Formats: sequence, structure tokens, C-alpha cells
Amino acid sequence: MRQIVFLATAAAAALAAGGAMAAEGETLAQVKARGVLNCGVNTGLVGFAAPDANGNWSGFDIAICKAVAAAVLGDASKVKYVPTTGQTRFTALSSGEVDVLARNSTWTFQRDTDLKLDFAGVNYYDGQGFMVRKDLGVSSAKELDGATICIQTGTSTELNLADWFRANNMTYQPVNIDSNAEGEQQYMAGACDAYTTDASGLAATRAAFADPDNHIILPEIISKEPLGPAVRHGDNNWGDIVRWVLYALISGEEYGVTSANIEELSKSSTNPDVQRMLGATDDYGAMLGLDKEWAKRAIAASGNYGEIFAANIGEQTPIGLARGLNALWTQGGLMYAMPFR
Amino acid sequence: MTPNNPADRPFRLSMLIYDRHYRSLLIQAVVFIAVMLVGWWLVNNTLTNLARMGKTLDFGFLWNRAGYDIPFSLIPYSSNDSHLRAAMVGLTNTLLVSALGCVFATVIGVVVGVLRLSGNWLVARLMTIYVETFRNVPLLLWILVILALFTEVMPAPRDYKPAADGTAKASMILFDSVAPTNRYTAIPRLAVDNDPGSVGLGGFQVDAALLAFGVALLAAWCIRRWLRDRAQLLQDTTGRRPATWWITALLFLVPLLVLSWLFQVHLVRPELKGFNFAGGLNLDNGFVVLLLALSLYTGAFIAEIVRAGVMAVSRGQSEAAAALGLRARLIMGLVVLPQALRVIVPPLISQYLNLTKNSSLAIAVGYPDLRATLGGTTLNQTGREMESMIVMMGIYLAISLVISGVMNVYNARVTLKER
Amino acid sequence: MSELHAETVAFVRDTMLPPALPPARQRGVTLWLRENLFSGPLNTVLTLLGLAAVWFIVSHLWPWFANSVWNASSMAECRAAVAAKAGEDATGACFGVIRERWNQFIYGFYPSALYWRPTIVFGLMLFAVAPVLFSESRGLRWAVLGFAAVASFAAAVAVGIPPRAALITGGVFVLWAALIEYAPRRALVLSLLFPFLAVWLLWGGSVWPVVSALAGFVLGGVVWRLAARLGLGLLAVALGIAATVAWWLWLGPDAAADLHAMLPVALDRVESRSFGGFLLALTIGVSGIVMSLPLGIILALARQSDMPVVKSLAVMFIEFIRGVPLITLLFVASILLNYFLPPGTNFDIILRVIIMVTLFASAYMAEVIRGGLAALPRGQYEAADSLGLDYWKAQRLIILPQALKISIPGIVGTFIGMFKDTTLVTFVGLFDPLKQMADTIRATFEWKGAYWEPYVFTGTIFFIICFAMSRYAMYLEQRLKRDHR
Repeated sequence: MRQIVFLATAAAAALAAGGAMAAEGETLAQVKARGVLNCGVNTGLVGFAAPDANGNWSGFDIAICKAVAAAVLGDASKVKYVPTTGQTRFTALSSGEVDVLARNSTWTFQRDTDLKLDFAGVNYYDGQGFMVRKDLGVSSAKELDGATICIQTGTSTELNLADWFRANNMTYQPVNIDSNAEGEQQYMAGACDAYTTDASGLAATRAAFADPDNHIILPEIISKEPLGPAVRHGDNNWGDIVRWVLYALISGEEYGVTSANIEELSKSSTNPDVQRMLGATDDYGAMLGLDKEWAKRAIAASGNYGEIFAANIGEQTPIGLARGLNALWTQGGLMYAMPFR
Repeated sequence: MTPNNPADRPFRLSMLIYDRHYRSLLIQAVVFIAVMLVGWWLVNNTLTNLARMGKTLDFGFLWNRAGYDIPFSLIPYSSNDSHLRAAMVGLTNTLLVSALGCVFATVIGVVVGVLRLSGNWLVARLMTIYVETFRNVPLLLWILVILALFTEVMPAPRDYKPAADGTAKASMILFDSVAPTNRYTAIPRLAVDNDPGSVGLGGFQVDAALLAFGVALLAAWCIRRWLRDRAQLLQDTTGRRPATWWITALLFLVPLLVLSWLFQVHLVRPELKGFNFAGGLNLDNGFVVLLLALSLYTGAFIAEIVRAGVMAVSRGQSEAAAALGLRARLIMGLVVLPQALRVIVPPLISQYLNLTKNSSLAIAVGYPDLRATLGGTTLNQTGREMESMIVMMGIYLAISLVISGVMNVYNARVTLKER
Repeated sequence: MSELHAETVAFVRDTMLPPALPPARQRGVTLWLRENLFSGPLNTVLTLLGLAAVWFIVSHLWPWFANSVWNASSMAECRAAVAAKAGEDATGACFGVIRERWNQFIYGFYPSALYWRPTIVFGLMLFAVAPVLFSESRGLRWAVLGFAAVASFAAAVAVGIPPRAALITGGVFVLWAALIEYAPRRALVLSLLFPFLAVWLLWGGSVWPVVSALAGFVLGGVVWRLAARLGLGLLAVALGIAATVAWWLWLGPDAAADLHAMLPVALDRVESRSFGGFLLALTIGVSGIVMSLPLGIILALARQSDMPVVKSLAVMFIEFIRGVPLITLLFVASILLNYFLPPGTNFDIILRVIIMVTLFASAYMAEVIRGGLAALPRGQYEAADSLGLDYWKAQRLIILPQALKISIPGIVGTFIGMFKDTTLVTFVGLFDPLKQMADTIRATFEWKGAYWEPYVFTGTIFFIICFAMSRYAMYLEQRLKRDHR
């Protein structure tokens, strides 16, 4: 009884700050009152979200959390990372346990409508692919008829896989796995012929193998997997904040605003877009319920989109992903931030 | 006692506190109201929360298309079937692994429990080590370790493929009929050439051959019972028991052979085709690992129960049996174990229940049990956590209640016989 | 023949021969082997099978252990070291992963500067349970206390306890040990205070909310005693509970805040999220057991009661909890519990898990205590009645102390089961030592592929703790049995 009682007393004090369901403007007030952003992340996927030996989280998704915290609270370190499994992630969001879910989740119709989520945008355009051993002699996913395939349960990839094989009139034997680590183990041991998940995940997994050259990622991408941060349905203001923080990061890259030159640019830039974004001229922050320098802090937290990409999953990292679809629209990719106007 | 009879005395308000009978009623009423209030509070909160999130309590999703595949299924299932069907697949998988687990765990438990008491120093010590290591380490660890053993140590199916020089890295065991791999264990399958088709029974399609075998065995069993009763009667009246074993053997063997010949039953061996073995039955490793881990873990507990039960039978019993000239094996089988059952059965029931509940750890090996289908993928794809959890917990509860009910009936029979 | 010889012999022995040794087959190692290993065909076969099994296991595992490498900072480095040590194809354990990451298996993500706090709590926990669990034997008690004090102090020094805290801790250990020795009943009060101290040390923050929670209990107790003296009976219990709840809900938080403003005594705050590894397992296991004890007692008494409504409610609760797997209850904690509470409540996941584990344990605890109640001789109940004690007095003074005492082995057994089951929290995203922590470490580039080593390490720790406890429970059972004969 005793611990509960103590914690209940402690919780009672903080109850005013609680609040699970989304109502207009509620989330922002809660986060500000709490002084900490609760961010739902993966339990461990190197490059996207993983804790190091000291429990410090880093990764592509983590950078989004940091940017939001920097914009809202003025301090990128004021984030509580809540590791969620494929099972628990959406309920963690809808029950109010986390304020924003940055856990490489795919934006789908059903999640947007039936599960009452709002996706704030797309921070990584992905697609589902297959990885096989080179010595299997397979060069196309169409040759995988009858293969055993490792698949993470509870993900949209599970449904895509079933649909794709059915559509192509092929059979397969699924091996259900619970986490990426387990999938790697099973695949490495040869318990499945192919491992399927988002292509980025495959690349990250392959990069970490001792013999990456012996594995190939098949050319077929069987689905669209736009991954993005999600918020609860109903609180549009909060959704706007997360959305525009994301756009600020992307625009930052577009306008050449980096964590290194942001101080300088915020004073000296003559680009009206940059001036508006960084709060040099207009006060756009007020329209979001934030202060003037929100976007400046968001970019300063861990750099613009390009910097975040390069530092966590880019070609210089062990994961070594090319920008591909995720290049800026000006460079032939899909990353396109709405204008700051 | 008469003055305590409440009907004899006029009721006063103070009796609610000072009279035993009325006080008991008052307490019960208060407790009942309090519990109901708490229950109402919880339900009310739930409804409020659901309403605030724009959700409703609706079980209709169970009839929607599931859309995901299940790797191991006893009943026909495809991704076009409903979530309800998927849940049924999960339920049958849970029941299958639990039932087989109970059988194996019991066998292991009885053997180990008896061996632990044996005079063989080495074997008794080894069994103690087995029991202690399995009892004192979490089941999850055993599941993970056995899973790792299977995936890391067993050969991959393609290792069975002969290389250019004609030799394969791995070969099948047991007269080339069983192929353990790191995905599944391929075993032979019984097949019928002369397939009589299937019969519709109350909405379910039952294989006619299977049905024929079932009926034949049931009939044989009934006749055997009748025969045994006759033999007993004869023994009671004349003191001599007629030999019935050969009639029994014929009763079971003849129909089996006749039916097998009729349907042309034969074994189909697994053969490597493409990526995988085909033809035989591929027992998914998730299933094998879970079954093995559950049996070994629960077996260790059952061994302790059996040992305690055997030790609870007084020494005089086995000494008396020895004085009658029975051999050690017969003493154990005819005298000690039947008496020990009285002590063994109640804790055994709770071990069976534990095993059934622990089968939900299938989550660690990807075996599609009830929790993985209804409480896993379905819950996750539809976002109906409240409804899925209610149905799932209800089913688990029902299974538990049925098991403990059946076993309690059995226990009552054992107890009656012995006293 | 013999007659003939009798007349012709020249020598008659007049002293006894010294007893000869039994024949070689009947003595020493041979006899032991024959009796214990090869006493019949079946036994011989069993022995040979046993030897084969031992050989199989040892021959497969030995090289792996023999070639183990402790000094490596990544899997590749370790594999190279093994290859250098024992040849290219040799397998060897990479215990380097344990050496590098042992702190995560033990403490999770607890701030490393504060490792001493959980360490001291572990030592103090043994102090708190010693007067209850080891009341029977002074030698054992001192052995446990000595181990607790020395081991936890040494470990705390090793992980860098600040000098002032070390001094206080040392003093507390000595004083507490003296109290247990000279005033065991007073020491029980300290045992009751321990949970509050543990909460404060583990989670940190201001001391006053903890004191205020404690004050609620004290207030409730005082109100109950006063009311009971006025002869209010059951009403007194209700009044006591009402006073406690009222304090917690209205006065307590304010009082705590005011006191903190006046006299800030605080430790660095640690979020529940940072808990992981064995620290998490022990926190969940111990708090589950401690909190389930009172609930379990109430449920057991309710189930034994002769009031049908109370009894059936208790039976329903117990059977429901015992009928569903723990894993589903953990999922309830993780995804449903927030639905059941008023809109806006938002507990930490660890707290929710502790709540569910407590409910789970209380059902099992109730069955254990019911066993203890049933095992008490009927005469004890009758004696209590004949003294004119009312129900609660009889329970408190006569029945429960005895029933709880004989339930201790069962309670320890329940704790072992629960401690093992705490590993299941991995499935709701908590960092348990067995799976989630190991998975996290394996997800890093350095330690990809380290499957067996973490299993061996955590498995060994689990085994040591659980085996020690189960032996203790057996010992106590024997002892209690003797007491009753």
C-alpha cells in the first residue's frame, strides 16, 4: 500500500497537470506546465531511436522529439523518452501517456481515422522491401514463392506482405518476430530466407552485419511507408506545432540554415522566408502559442533536416542510407515544406 | 442458541451494530454497495474516456476481414477470413500447445520425480540439478535459450540440399524421415490415397477417414470396457479371470488395419522442394520451442510434486508390498503411486493451469496463440484494445475454470476411492 | 575327515583373528559404485545414460567457457581474441559484453553517480526483513545482517558513494543491527518504516511527500485507536481509514509542500523510466509482495468469512485474477488502466505495472494465507472465542500472527514466482534484465550477436537469488513443522 499511497499523493499534486484526452490547446498547456515533453519512441532501433550505455537516447526520431521540446520548452533536453512496442505505441498516445509519437509509424488511412491519430507530416519516405542472402540466388521478390519470411507482428508490413503475396498468387511461410533484434537473429541464423521490413530498417540491419556484401536488398518495394510523427486527434494546435517544427527543420535545409550558422543568419539573413521563420521580422510563434524564436531553437537543437539525416542515418554513418526519396524537392526528392507565410 | 434467533426478538436499530446476525447483514450490505460503487465508478470512467476519445464499445470488428496471415493453424484460415476466425485459430493453437504441454510435462514430471528418489546416486543428482535449474530461472529465459538453440544450432533447410559434390551439410534422422531445421521440424505425415471425402457435421467439415477411425476406436474402447467388466464379474464369482488381452489387442488392431487398407493410408516423407521441405508436416519451431520449454519447466515443478507425493506415502505401505513379494516396479505402480495421487492431484491441477496461462509467452517465439492473434495483431490493426482484451481475458478465464472444474471432479473421484 | 584331523592337528588357536576386511567387491569405492550406480541392469543403463548426458553437455559447453574473453570492447574484437587464443574455428564466450555493460543489467539507466542509492536500499531491505524472516536463528540472522551490511557497503563504495552518505549509512547499519539484537520488537517498527525510506532513496525528490504519506497512516492509526477506546468497534476502523484518506487527499500534499519550503531535505530526483535491469525486477517484485500482503490478508479473511456476499466477492476476485495470464494483466496495465481511471489521470507505466502486479500477487497471497489459516488448529479459534475477544481482536492477537508465521514459506514461494515473472514486463516496453535490456545492448553495433552471454549472466543471477530463497523457504518449513510437533 505504502508506495502507492506516496506516489498517489505525489500524483495528486501533479494531477492538475495530468490529462489524457485531447482538446484544443490542452496538450501545449500540459507540456508547458509539466516542463517535460513525453515522446513515444522505439524500444531500440539503431539510427532511429536507441539508448546508449548511459541511457542517452539518440537517433533520427529522437531528433524530432528534441526539436519539438526545444521549440515548446526552450530546452532540447527536456524530453522524457517513453519506449513503446509495436503493440503499445498507439494506446500510449491515445491514453495521453505520450504527447507525440515519433516511432517510425506509417501514416495509413485506418490509423488516421479509426485509431484517432493525426500524423503531423512525413519525416521519412520509406517502403517495404526484402533482404536475402546472396547465395540464395534470388534476384527478385517474385522468386520468393514458398519462402520463409521473417516479419515483425503488429506492423503495417505484416498486412502488406499478406496482400502482396496474395496479389501475386504466391505462398509464403511467415515467421513472426517481436523485435528487430529478434528478426536479425533469426535471419542471420537462416531461420528465414528473407527478412522484410521498411527498406531503411533493412539497410540499417544489413550495415551492421559482419558480412554486409553477402546480403542483398531486393529491388521490389511492395508498399509505401510514409513514416512520421503522430499526435492525438482533436488538438489541432498541438498538431500544428509538431507539423511546423518538422517543416522548420526541412525549410532549414532548403534555405541553408544549419545549427552552425543559425545565430548569424537569424540576425543577418536577408531572405524574407528565413527572417519570418526565425522570428527576425514577424512573430509567427504567437500564432502557435509559442514565442518568437521557436523555430530557431528547433533547428539549433540538432540541426536542420539534412544535418539530422546525415548525423543519424546518412551515408557517413554505419547505417549508410542514401537520401533517395527523402532528398529535398529541389534535388529530386519528396521533402517539401509548406511555405512560412 | 434460541435467544440468538433473530425472529424471536423485536428489531431495534442498535441491533445493526450489536447483534451478530444484523451486524453481519449490515456489513454485507455495506461491502456490496461499496464494491458496486467502485465498479460503477470504473465503468463510468471507462465510458467517459471512450466517449472523449470518440470511441465506442463495439464488437463488430470481429466480423471484419483480418488481412494478416497466420503461420500455424489447425483449422483452415486465410487472410481473407474474419478477425473472429483468426481468434479461433489462436484459441485452437493455445489449446493445442497447452494440452500437449500438460501431457509431456506430466510424463517428464513423473519420470523425473521417481528417478530422483531412485537409489542411483548419479541419476538422482542429475535429476536434482535439472529440477533446481529449471525451477529457479524464469520461464522466459528457457524459452529464449531453447529458441536460440534451435535457430543457432539446427541446420537450415538448404543445408540438406546436396552440394555439387553430392554431399549435404546435414542429413535427415530416423531413417530419413525427420528433418530438424532452424525453422521447423519436418516430420512424416499420414496420407490417404482412397480419400472418402468429408462429412458435414453441424456446420463443420470433418474428414470422413478421420471420423471412421474415431468411431472404430470408440467402439473398440466401449467393447473393451464391457469385456473387462465381464471378466471382473467372472473373477468375483469363480475366482478365475479369463485372459482378455488378446481380444483387446484384436479389437483395436483389426479395425485399424482394415480401415488403413481400405483408405490406403501411408506415410509421406518430407522432401526438400525449393526453399523448404514439403510433403510431410512442418512443425513450426515456435511451436516446438514453446512446447519444449513449457514441458521442461512445468515438468520440473511436477517432479517435485510427485516426489513429495511419493514421500507422503508411509514407508509401511511399500514394505508391506515388498513383503508380499512385489517387485520394485510393481510396488511403485500398484501401491505407492495410486496412494500418492491423493496428495499429487490438487497441486498438479494448479500446475496445469499455470502451464495453460504460461502458454501466452508464445509472444516470445512468435507462435500464433490467442494472445498473438486476438490480443496482438487484431488488437493492433483495429485499435479495439478494450474489446479485444475483454474477449481474450474472458476466454482465458473460461479455459482456466473448465480445467479446474474437470480436474476437481477427477480429484473428488480419486479422494473418494482412497478413503 | 574332520575327526581325523582333529586328532592330528598340532596347533589350536586360542585368540580371535582380527576381523578381516570384507572382500574387495564388498567394500570401499567398489561397493559404493555397485550399490549406488550399478545395482542392476536398469540402474547400469541409467548410469551410463547419465554419464553420456553429462559428457555431451560438458564437452559442448566446456570449450565455450574455457575460451571466454573478458577483455573486449566489441564483438568483433572478442571474436578475434578467441580466434587468437584457440584457433580459427573455436567458439568462445564474449563476456566482454558483461564487463562493459554490467551496470545496465543491474541498474538499467539509473544515473551512474547515484548507483549507491539502490545498492544501500538492497542492504537495508535485508535489514528490514531480518527480524521477521530470520527470527528463529541468531546465527543465521547475524550472517544475513553481516552479509547485507558488508556487501552493500562495499558495493556502494565501489560505485562511488559520497563520503557523507557513506558515514550515515555505516551509522544506520550499526544502530539498526544493535536494535535488532537488543530490542527486536522496536526493530519491527523500523521494518515498517523501511518501504518509505526505500521509496525516498530510490526515486529521490523531497522527503516530505513520503513523510506526509507516512503521517497519513499514523493519523489513521491514532484515530482508530481513540475511536476503538470509545467502543465504536467496526466504525472505528472505518473512521481510521477515512482519516487517512482525508489526510492524503486534502491536507497531506499542502503540508508536504509547506514543510519542503521551510526545510528542504531532498535527494536528486530519478524518473521511474530510468529503472531497469535487476533494479526494476526487484523493485516491482518487492513492492508487489509488500503491498499485496495487506490485500491478501483481507481477501483471505473475506474468503474464510461466513458472510455469503463478502465471501463470494472475494472468491470472484481471486478466481478471476488466478484465471488469466499475468501477461494479459500487464497489457491491461499498459493499454487499458488509463481508461478505468478518471479522465486526466496519468500514471507512470512502472506504477501501473506495480498496481497490476500487486493485484495479481494479492490473489495468490490470499490463497497462501488461507492455507495458513486453515492449518491453524481449531482450538486456537475456540480459545480466542472463549476469551471473549471480538473478531478483529481475535484475528489480530491470536489467529493472524500464527497463521502468517506458518504462511511464510508459501509467501517466499509466491515471491520467487513473482520475481521470475517480473521479466514479463519486457512485453510492455520496460527494460527488464532478461530480454529488453539484452536486446537494447544487442542493438548497438559493438555487441550485435551477443546472444548467449547475457542469458548466462542474468540466468545465473536469477538462479542464485531464487535458489537461495527456495532453500530458505524449505529450511523454514522444516523448522516450523518441528515447532508444531
